[in-house]
Parts: sequence; structure tokens; C-alpha cells
Amino acid sequence: MSVLVLVEGFNGEIKKSSLEAASYGSQVANALGTEATAIAIGEVQESALAALGAQGITKVLFDDDARLHNFVAEAYLKVIAQAASQESAKVIIFSNTNIGAALGSRLAVRLNGSLATNVTALPVISGDSFTVRRGVFSGKAFADVNLTGDVKIVAVKKNSIDISSDAGGTASVEKFSVGLSDADFAFAPKETVMQETDGGVLLPEAEIVVSGGRGLKGPENWHLVEDLAKALGAATACSKPVSDQDWRPHHEHVGQTGITISPNLYIAIGISGAIQHLAGVNSSKVIVVINKDPEAPFFKAADYGIVGDAFEIVPKLIEAARAL
Amino acid sequence: MKILVCISNVPDTTSKINFTGDGKSFDKNGVQFVINPWDEYALTRAIELKEAKGGTVTVLNVGEADTEANIRKALAIGADDAIRVNAFPKDAMFVAQQIAAIAKENSYDLILMGKESIDFNGSQVHGMVGELLGIPVIFPAFKLDMIDDTTARLEREIEGGKEVLEVKLPFVASAQQPMSEPRIPNMRGIMTARTKPLKVVEPTGEGAQTEYASFSKPEKKSGVRMIDAENAGELISLLRNEAKVL
Ligand SMILES: Cc1cc2nc3c(=O)[nH]c(=O)nc-3n(C[C@H](O)[C@H](O)[C@H](O)COP(=O)(O)OP(=O)(O)OC[C@H]3O[C@@H](n4cnc5c(N)ncnc54)[C@H](O)[C@@H]3O)c2cc1C
Ligand SMILES: Cc1cc2nc3c(=O)[nH]c(=O)nc-3n(C[C@H](O)[C@H](O)[C@H](O)COP(=O)(O)OP(=O)(O)OC[C@H]3O[C@@H](n4cnc5c(N)ncnc54)[C@H](O)[C@@H]3O)c2cc1C
Repeated sequence: MSVLVLVEGFNGEIKKSSLEAASYGSQVANALGTEATAIAIGEVQESALAALGAQGITKVLFDDDARLHNFVAEAYLKVIAQAASQESAKVIIFSNTNIGAALGSRLAVRLNGSLATNVTALPVISGDSFTVRRGVFSGKAFADVNLTGDVKIVAVKKNSIDISSDAGGTASVEKFSVGLSDADFAFAPKETVMQETDGGVLLPEAEIVVSGGRGLKGPENWHLVEDLAKALGAATACSKPVSDQDWRPHHEHVGQTGITISPNLYIAIGISGAIQHLAGVNSSKVIVVINKDPEAPFFKAADYGIVGDAFEIVPKLIEAARAL
Repeated sequence: MKILVCISNVPDTTSKINFTGDGKSFDKNGVQFVINPWDEYALTRAIELKEAKGGTVTVLNVGEADTEANIRKALAIGADDAIRVNAFPKDAMFVAQQIAAIAKENSYDLILMGKESIDFNGSQVHGMVGELLGIPVIFPAFKLDMIDDTTARLEREIEGGKEVLEVKLPFVASAQQPMSEPRIPNMRGIMTARTKPLKVVEPTGEGAQTEYASFSKPEKKSGVRMIDAENAGELISLLRNEAKVL
């Protein structure tokens, strides 16, 4: 019996969300009196994998097949299912990325297991029951779910678990190969197009996000959002009407019909705070709202607020942020 | 082309979410139910494909009788017929088993779903259905076009970018914005929807691998701290020294 954690690499490094999953997995292993093993896939350096010891991982199985640098569900599934069987894994931890969600559901069928996605806290384990808390109703509530299957699969919501950094020494890294054939890559993408991040930060992984709404009047004013983001090391986002009008690209749109984020800090500039917008950002740890209308609904969901004209306020913030 | 679109029946996003006294179940009182918004993207894209290429669009819901209002709405938007599996959708695995059973019986060319049901936010059903049927799943897809009668070209969102895929039918795709522009039913659609076939079938299998024990709500924010616009720069030092997020 063991706990298996999927670790995803990106540009040689381990994704932050995978460090969270590793921290989660090793704490579950502790609670169950067993060890946490990682299965690492993607573009990542061996030295980075050994350092997973800090998150409490004792052993890393590393499949360095270059064909796995792109996500191909069928191939990934084969690798993970094989690792799970070799390690007799009873608990499998993913990060709730698009990849984690796509794999978790298929694996639940393949291993006849129980799956909980969007999980926000460590499990409560008592006797046979294994209960996790997950976000439901788009951030408006939590549900406590008991996973009754023999194999329990947990996809951990980003930025909801602290990364432990003092759990132990270095992890041993073992090469792992399941002999993938070309057929396993039949559904490989024809083409992959990465966004221009301009040396900046990817929105889904960002700890700080600066977001602009219709209050900014037009795309020509977005330097305010971009300059503040750059000064804070933040990613940029926007409301739906902003991307609908092509002021900003669609992948920046957050909310019910866009992406859901949960950064440590979300700064909303000229966004009214419609419920559909809040659905995408309401689990951010700290929310700052800048709006000229003191009655804007967003202030009800905010931790800090400034009432006033964004065109006067934001330059002051940029100046203060640059001085940090 | 035979297309199946799976729709879930969810509380309108603007609904206040409440639970019954003991926190054990969702309180439906005063809640307006709608077609899951992501499923509307799937539905309209299916109708567009049918209009361009011919074929049929069937909508499927796993739910009790009160979901029929929204099933009729999907028919009014342009689906040809509907199936309701008469059961409380007790968890994602149960729902997926029902959908897979219907799909096996009717062999659809394409199964479209939403990226996620906005009530339970699971993002699970599509992957489970694909695995149960042994066909590919494209999640989440924001563009779907047929190249010819057997192959589709899709664009899928990945962290930090997008991927372009070419996939042979049949497969499962889960839709997200902007796959299509959702339509509002017109008067003619509403009239014809009343006479379109809606078949009710009984569930198969056990499914459930999860038990929902209780629900709770997040702690309320302690209140907003306002900063004077004149001293806006002070915000940055508060974020660093008080909130400790910089
Ligand atoms: C089914 C459905 C799904 C939706 N999904 C989403 C979604 O995913 N994401 C999303 O964002 N929206 C979504 N919406 C739209 C949502 O309801 C709102 O219409 C939208 O969020 C409003 O965007 P906004 O705040 O940028 O614009 P507005 O509501 O127009 O607000 C602009 C704000 O800027 C302020 N302002 C104006 N000038 C200034 C200034 N000089 N300085 C400071 N402040 C200023 C105004 O006081 C106002 O509060 C959805 C709607 C529906 C019906
Ligand atoms: C009042 C109420 C209480 C509920 N209580 C529970 C509960 O306690 N536990 C629980 O797991 N579920 C419950 N459900 C069911 C829930 O609505 C979902 O149908 C099911 O759980 C799958 O949720 P998911 O978030 O995993 O779906 P996702 O995997 O996020 O859904 C993805 C896609 O699958 C399709 N889909 C999802 N559900 C259905 C469906 N029912 N019929 C047809 N297609 C569907 C849609 O295309 C959807 O976009 C309840 C529903 C209601 C109305």
C-alpha cells in the first residue's frame, strides 16, 4: 500500500501545483503510516525531482520518454496505471489542472476507484472512511465527501495546500518505462501554440493577478494593468465583456464562463463584480477592488478597496510597487 | 451525423445557495434551475453541425421529472429528441454509467458535453464516459469543426496555450467558451418542442463511489478595508506588511 502523486514538469521545472500535490500526498501517506511515491512525466530535470524530498516524497519514478512532453491522455494513463499497480497505490493524488481532471476521471473507471476533484483540504481519515472537502457551486459552498472505493483518487485545487519544504532529505529517482508504442500517441496534438507571456506569468499558475474590466474604457489603456502586473510579478486577467470585445485575448477571461483562479492576491480594476465574474475569482485569498462607484457589488467580496478613478489611482500603485 | 448532447440541470449562477438545517442536502427552495451554461455551448455547436451536415441531435439528462422543463428548452433551441434517465444523479460515476449505457445502445458519432457542471464542479463525467466506451475524450475543447465525414479538427485549451488535434469519430468532447454562440429559443421552437419525443428510461447499474456527507459555506470576509484614493500607494505597503501577499 502506498500513496502515488503525479508530478508534472514544465520547461525543466516542477509545476508549483505539483509541489502542492506532493505536499498533500506525503501528509496523507504519514496519516496512513506509509510512504509517498511520485510518478514524474514531462519536461523536468532529475535534480529537481530529487529535491521532492523536501515535500516528503521518498521515491520518484521518472518516465523521461520525450514523446510525453506533450499531454497525450492515453499514454499518460498507461504510465500512471502501471506505476499505481507496481506501487500498490491505494491513494492517488493529482493537481486539479486540466491534465489532472482529464486523467483522474479515466483512472477512476480503469481502477474502479472513487474520485474527488477540486479538493481544498487534507482528508479526515477514521477507520474505513476517507473524507475530503471539495469546492462546489462555483466557490459558494464546500461539500464533505466520503470516498468509498478501494482506490481513492484526489485532485487538489490549486493554491489551497501549503507547500511543505522541510519534510526530509532527497528523494531517490528511478527510471520508469512501460514501453509505450506509437498507438498510444495516436491522439497526439497536431500542433501546440503557446501564449506569448512576454516574460510574464501564466494566469492559471499565478500567485498574483491584476485584472481589468470595462471601466478601463479600451485596449489602449491596458498598459495600466500590464505595468502594475509587471511591477508585482503578476499575471493579467480580464472580465468577459473585455474579451468579448477583443480588447484582450479569450484565455485571460475569468469567471463562470472563463477560467477559475485562486491566487493569493487578485486586484480588480474597473470591474463591477457581477456574480458570474465572482464565480471565477471568489476563492482568491486576498481581493483588492478599485472602482469609482462606491456601490459596486465587488466591494462586498473585497478585503481592500479604493473608491476613485482608476486612471489616477493605478499610476500611484505602479509607482509604489516599483519602489518595493 | 448522430450527435448526443448531455445536459445537466443546475441552479442559475445568480442563485443564493442554501442547505437544509443539518447541512445534509441542497435546499431547492426558490432556486431557478437552468441548463448548465457550458452544456449550452455543446448544444448549439451540435445544432450548427447538424444544420451544416445533416443528422440528428439527441439531448440526454440523468435526473428526476423536474428536469423536464430544461430538457424541453433544449428541444426548443433545436435538438430533435430527448432521453431522460429517471434517477437522482447521485454521483458522477453513476451519471457516466447511464450515459455510456444509452450511448452503447444507440451508437452516436459524437458525444458532446460541457466542460463542467457548475453545481458540483466535478469535470469528471466526460472522462468517465470516454473510458467506459473506450473512445477518446477531448477536454476542454473550445473549437470543433468537421474536416470531412469521419474526422474532426478540435482546439483544446492547455495550461499556457492551446493544442490543435485531429480526431476520428466517435469521440467525446467537452465544450467551453467560445465553441459557439448559445441561442435563445424562439416562439416556433417552443411550439414544436412540445411535440418532440422525450423518452424516459430507467437507470442501470450502481455507480456511486462517493457519499456526500455534508455541505458548508465559506467563512464570510471580515469586511472590506477602504483606503483613501489620495494615498493609494499605501495599499501596496498594507498588502506587504498586513496581508503579507507581496
Ligand atoms: C451566463 C453568463 C455568464 C457570464 N460569465 C461571465 C464570466 O465568466 N466572467 C465575467 O467577467 N462576466 C461574465 N458575465 C457577465 C457579467 O454578468 C458582467 O456583465 C460582467 O462581468 C461585467 O464586466 P465589467 O465588470 O468589466 O463591466 P461593467 O459591469 O460595465 O463594470 C465596469 C465597472 O467599472 C467601473 N468604472 C468605470 N469607470 C471607471 C474608472 N474610471 N475608474 C474605476 N472604475 C471605473 C464602473 O463603476 C463599473 O463598476 C456573464 C454573464 C452571463 C449572463
Ligand atoms: C439538488 C441536487 C442535488 C445533487 N446532489 C448531488 C450529490 O450529492 N452528489 C453528486 O455527485 N451529484 C449530485 N447531484 C448531481 C449533479 O448535478 C451532477 O449531475 C453529477 O454529480 C455530476 O456532477 P459533476 O460535477 O461531476 O459533473 P461534471 O463532470 O462537471 O459534468 C460534465 C458534463 O457532464 C454532463 N453531465 C453532468 N451531469 C449530468 C446529468 N445529470 N445528466 C446528463 N449529463 C450530465 C454535462 O454535459 C456536464 O457539462 C445533485 C443534483 C441536484 C440537482
